[in-house]
Amino acid sequence: MENAIEVNNLTKIFGNFAAVDHISFTVKPGEIFGFLGANGAGKSTTIRMLCGLLMATSGTAKVGGYDINTQPDLVKQSIGYMSQRFSLYEDLTVEENIRFFGGVYGIPNQRLQDRMKWAVKMAGLHGREKSLTKTLSGGWKQRLALGCAILHEPKILFLDEPTSGVDPISRRNFWELISQLSAQGVTVLVTTHYLDEAEYCDDIILINAGRLIAGGSPKELKTEHITYPILEVEASNVIAAMDLLKDKPWVVEISLFGTYLHIGVQKEETGRDEISKILSSNQIAVKRVDAIVPSLEDVFLHLLEEDLKRKAS
Amino acid sequence: MTFRRIKPIIRKEFFQIWRDKRSLTVLLLFPALLIVVAGYALNFDVRHISTVIFDQDKNSQSRDFIRNFTNTEYFDVTRSVDSYKEINQLLNKGDALIAIVIPTGFSSKLLAGEDVSVQILIDGSNANTATNAIGYVSVIIQTYSANIATKVFASMGREQFVPIDLRPKIWYNPELSTAKYLVPGLIGFILMISAVISTSLSVVREKERGTMEQMMVSPLRTVEIIIGKTVAYLLIALVASVFVLLAGFILFDVAVKGSIFWLYVGILIFLIGGLGQGLLISTVTQNQQVAFMVAVFSSLLPSFLLSGFVFPIRSMPVALQAISNVTPAKFFLVVVRSVIIKGVGPSAFWDQLVYMAIFAVIMIAISSVRLLRKAS
Repeated sequence: MENAIEVNNLTKIFGNFAAVDHISFTVKPGEIFGFLGANGAGKSTTIRMLCGLLMATSGTAKVGGYDINTQPDLVKQSIGYMSQRFSLYEDLTVEENIRFFGGVYGIPNQRLQDRMKWAVKMAGLHGREKSLTKTLSGGWKQRLALGCAILHEPKILFLDEPTSGVDPISRRNFWELISQLSAQGVTVLVTTHYLDEAEYCDDIILINAGRLIAGGSPKELKTEHITYPILEVEASNVIAAMDLLKDKPWVVEISLFGTYLHIGVQKEETGRDEISKILSSNQIAVKRVDAIVPSLEDVFLHLLEEDLKRKAS
Repeated sequence: MTFRRIKPIIRKEFFQIWRDKRSLTVLLLFPALLIVVAGYALNFDVRHISTVIFDQDKNSQSRDFIRNFTNTEYFDVTRSVDSYKEINQLLNKGDALIAIVIPTGFSSKLLAGEDVSVQILIDGSNANTATNAIGYVSVIIQTYSANIATKVFASMGREQFVPIDLRPKIWYNPELSTAKYLVPGLIGFILMISAVISTSLSVVREKERGTMEQMMVSPLRTVEIIIGKTVAYLLIALVASVFVLLAGFILFDVAVKGSIFWLYVGILIFLIGGLGQGLLISTVTQNQQVAFMVAVFSSLLPSFLLSGFVFPIRSMPVALQAISNVTPAKFFLVVVRSVIIKGVGPSAFWDQLVYMAIFAVIMIAISSVRLLRKAS
């Protein structure tokens, strides 16, 4: 089966700054494809090129089988796009917003009636069709924006940080909707910087400073890139503990996770002993040292550090 | 380009405008209100000049002379004084704008056929008023002198003789009313401002909210977005222009002498240019505050200063005359004055319509290119 999205050496240069630097990846039909990276890594620029909002400096991409450089109109007809701004008209009602986007995509009136009912139900806005959009809370706006973006039933959906500024329950509901869409065969390409959300994705790529640094399923990423044990340490003063431990030769990697430390060590047993010894001799109480399965966050911090080292050398 | 995709944009614009009642009122009624205020305030006719008289002769002849001033509506004799000192005080305080000093021996000299000097003192701090006042004074005095000369000739048994008899006939605006001269200019000035401001704000608002981007990823073409965004404002500006014309007619007696059709052809082309300018502004600005400032300055200043609305273009320096050619209000003014005041047909102003059309095409072309480039 043909890929839903195929990106080949896509590059965007602003002035002398490469926002996106020769990125290549493929997205299979019906999958949820996560696009991860820090702010400014080039996620939005890539999405904007794929949607036809920005012209690529070089490279090619096919979206739904259409070339973004030569067939932008066909691309636009077959995609849905929703940005973190939930671009709705605040001074229009729920119904008027749906009608507007339906009209723009040329959905026939008869069909639009059905789609409107569907979108209102999906967004949980039944009974509020006549409310002005500005009176809705963030989660509702987000679902309404999603509804408007897929009124025309696109095969491919681009979501640019769709969950920013939304409460955790709405975020969870939103991901359920995304999973349903994917189950119905819609390909979803989503950017996020919430790493817990990346776990919902079938495939992930990570980009940093415009370049692709890793890709694969969440499981592959966790097992392929981190080959050493990781210890989670709970101590009375984690900042001081981090300073004491970071330059030790048996420490592969060390990072702060909230009030805990995650320490990658060469050998689990010696690591445990050394940590307890050094910290207690410095009047830092060690409450707990546990071996853990690395999270995506561990993996990405590791990958970003590797990337930095590669650049430095 | 299909109307099917433009229609939802137009509908949406109307919903938005309708919901924003305050802006709607401003868009529809503000132009007419401006006509009322500006029509009364921008009045260059000088009347009721407060006048002080220092009559040193004090007899029937001098009183007769003074009556010539008080009989007009131009001069209001507020005070009669007995010294220069008082004149000084009144002029200094601004209680009088003009002082007429009649010397002793005024009547005896006149009757004896000798030359008489009458002194006129004028507050020149408002040059416009002063010039007008001098004009009225000299006409009154010349007429008075001519009458006396005639009487003298008659008493000598000679026929009345006037070397050149001036009988001006003023066309188009016989009563030389300022309102008739200003109202057409105001129409252009006001329509330009509201067209430029309303379009630029509505597009920039969409940029701020991100809805412009949402339209750009849809199959809508740039030209469809432009038409959709401007049609609503065009219709509203046309309705506003009706109110403006009505206000001009009801309050200032400015009736349209020529063809309403050609007047609206002119207004339409002019408005399209204004909407194009608004669009262009919205492609170079990122937020509503900046867009508003740019829109006001780029429409208000040229339309007011360089269009010939108040200040005649012919008397400007050459450089400014050249710049005035990128002011569509300049061409529009010729069209409206031709149609409304002169009542002449398109043969008198078709070239002006062409210039306005060129302006409109250039504005819309540049903004479409800029919108497209942003998209690509």
